[in-house]
Amino acid sequence: MATQEKVIKVINLVKKFGSFVANDHLTFDVFRGEIFGFLGANGAGKTTAIRILCGLSYPTSGEVTIDGLDIYRQREQIKKRIGYMSQRFSLYDDLTLGENIRFYAGVYGLSREDIRQRTAALVDKLELHAIEKKLIRELPPGWKQKLAFSVATIHQPGIVFLDEPTSGVDPITRRQFWEMIYDKAGEGMTVFVTTHYMDEAEYCGRVSIMSEGKIHALDTPAQLISKYNVRNMDEVFLRIARNIEAV
Amino acid sequence: MAESAVVTENLSKHFGAVKALDDISFKIGKGELFGFIGPDGAGKTTLFRILTTLLLPDGGKATVEGFDTVSEYRQIRRISGYMPGKFSLYHDLSVEENLRFFATIFGTTVSENIHLVQDLYSQIEPFRKRKAGKLSGGMKQKLALCCALIHQPVILFLDEPTTGVDAVSRKEFWEMLNRLRRQQITILVSTPYMDEAGRCDRVALMQSGKIMTIDTPQGIRQQFRKKILAVKGRDMFGLMKILEGFPEIERSYLFGQSLHVTGVSEALTADDLSARLRQQQAPDFRVEEITPDIEDCFIDLTATRE
Repeated sequence: MATQEKVIKVINLVKKFGSFVANDHLTFDVFRGEIFGFLGANGAGKTTAIRILCGLSYPTSGEVTIDGLDIYRQREQIKKRIGYMSQRFSLYDDLTLGENIRFYAGVYGLSREDIRQRTAALVDKLELHAIEKKLIRELPPGWKQKLAFSVATIHQPGIVFLDEPTSGVDPITRRQFWEMIYDKAGEGMTVFVTTHYMDEAEYCGRVSIMSEGKIHALDTPAQLISKYNVRNMDEVFLRIARNIEAV
Repeated sequence: MAESAVVTENLSKHFGAVKALDDISFKIGKGELFGFIGPDGAGKTTLFRILTTLLLPDGGKATVEGFDTVSEYRQIRRISGYMPGKFSLYHDLSVEENLRFFATIFGTTVSENIHLVQDLYSQIEPFRKRKAGKLSGGMKQKLALCCALIHQPVILFLDEPTTGVDAVSRKEFWEMLNRLRRQQITILVSTPYMDEAGRCDRVALMQSGKIMTIDTPQGIRQQFRKKILAVKGRDMFGLMKILEGFPEIERSYLFGQSLHVTGVSEALTADDLSARLRQQQAPDFRVEEITPDIEDCFIDLTATRE
């Protein structure tokens, strides 16, 4: 669960593409063990910010540290300490589960012995013995995202970035996925997640809502709901995004 | 239902060992706004590709406006508008070039039919010289819909138009569809978002290549015979763990701020459940009986089938 330790620190982050300002002075912190919901309309600048936080792109200006590491000078170390999973890029369909794990764990520099042990632990925990040797494409669609999450965290990163991890997933699997998120956060992992399902926004410790490159709200779901005097996060989101458009 | 716009009989399609569509039969009336609701892998795209004559079924048959999807595919193509899930616009053409392209391949002109899409097109007209690839998500969607409508189709197939789209843009898209309905066009739309079911006249809930049920959204809610108790509290995951240990509970699932709980027996009341939770020293919580929404019904239907 969330602690007081700031694991992501962002101060005045700006990212420009030519004259277009994709991230306009973002300032926020994320605490260790927190489930942080990073919400916003399409084109609000979420993906740009996530790419910077993951060390895949440099900011135009501003300060960012991830787990105490500087985003300008220590990108390679940052990459080792984070996990990443999205709806579009998760597991390789034409590899088995075991091969996917070996590939990802290998990329993260785990030893053969570590890979063997963690694969066995995962197979035991999720009771995957029957499917361990099957190609990912042969598995029911619901399994893939849950397995992708396990694989993305196989190197036990301090922070995991989940970019629309439940998009197109069936209602039962979507909920099981959030139970997995809660378990990981319970173990102290920081979860940074984006979603278009507003019921899932309710499950986050805190959420930020971005529009047109800026963060317009950042608080716990309960506080946001009470501040905007609405019933749920769906209405908070509508209120913020529509009001901005009206300006 | 007066006349049918779409009829399928025992439609099936396999890809290797995967049954993408498994014996699907239904009828859609003219002028209906009909939703196919289901997750990835339910068979929605395969069904749309068969109905738009882009894919041959392995078994069964389908007609669109009375035309057979296999032997009369030319006629169907002329009267259908299709917005596929992924690709539908040429990113290196401008807004107006895309529109002109789609008008031309259907043997018409933009000026002849622009009145059909005026409402939509006026919103993207200020950007008519801009390349489609440079448009925002919402703008691309509006242009794609304009392009699907420019040849005056009588039936429109929209394959997951709102997937990956934010909650505000999704609502706006459905408002656009509602305005389109005044033109008497039949609309088939697929979506993984259960909350969009309520926007349709009728919906089919799909999972793993099968249709689990077809009805009006209201009808589907009424088919759900079980009592649902909503549990609210500060620590929802804590409450969920407690509820998992109760043998008298069949299922409990998170729905935003509340847990939706069904009992093994219908006799389980909100008061019973409150008493049980108090016994376990659950921290401040509230239990009330509620009416199901479509997602409850979907979960119940999938769980029952498994």
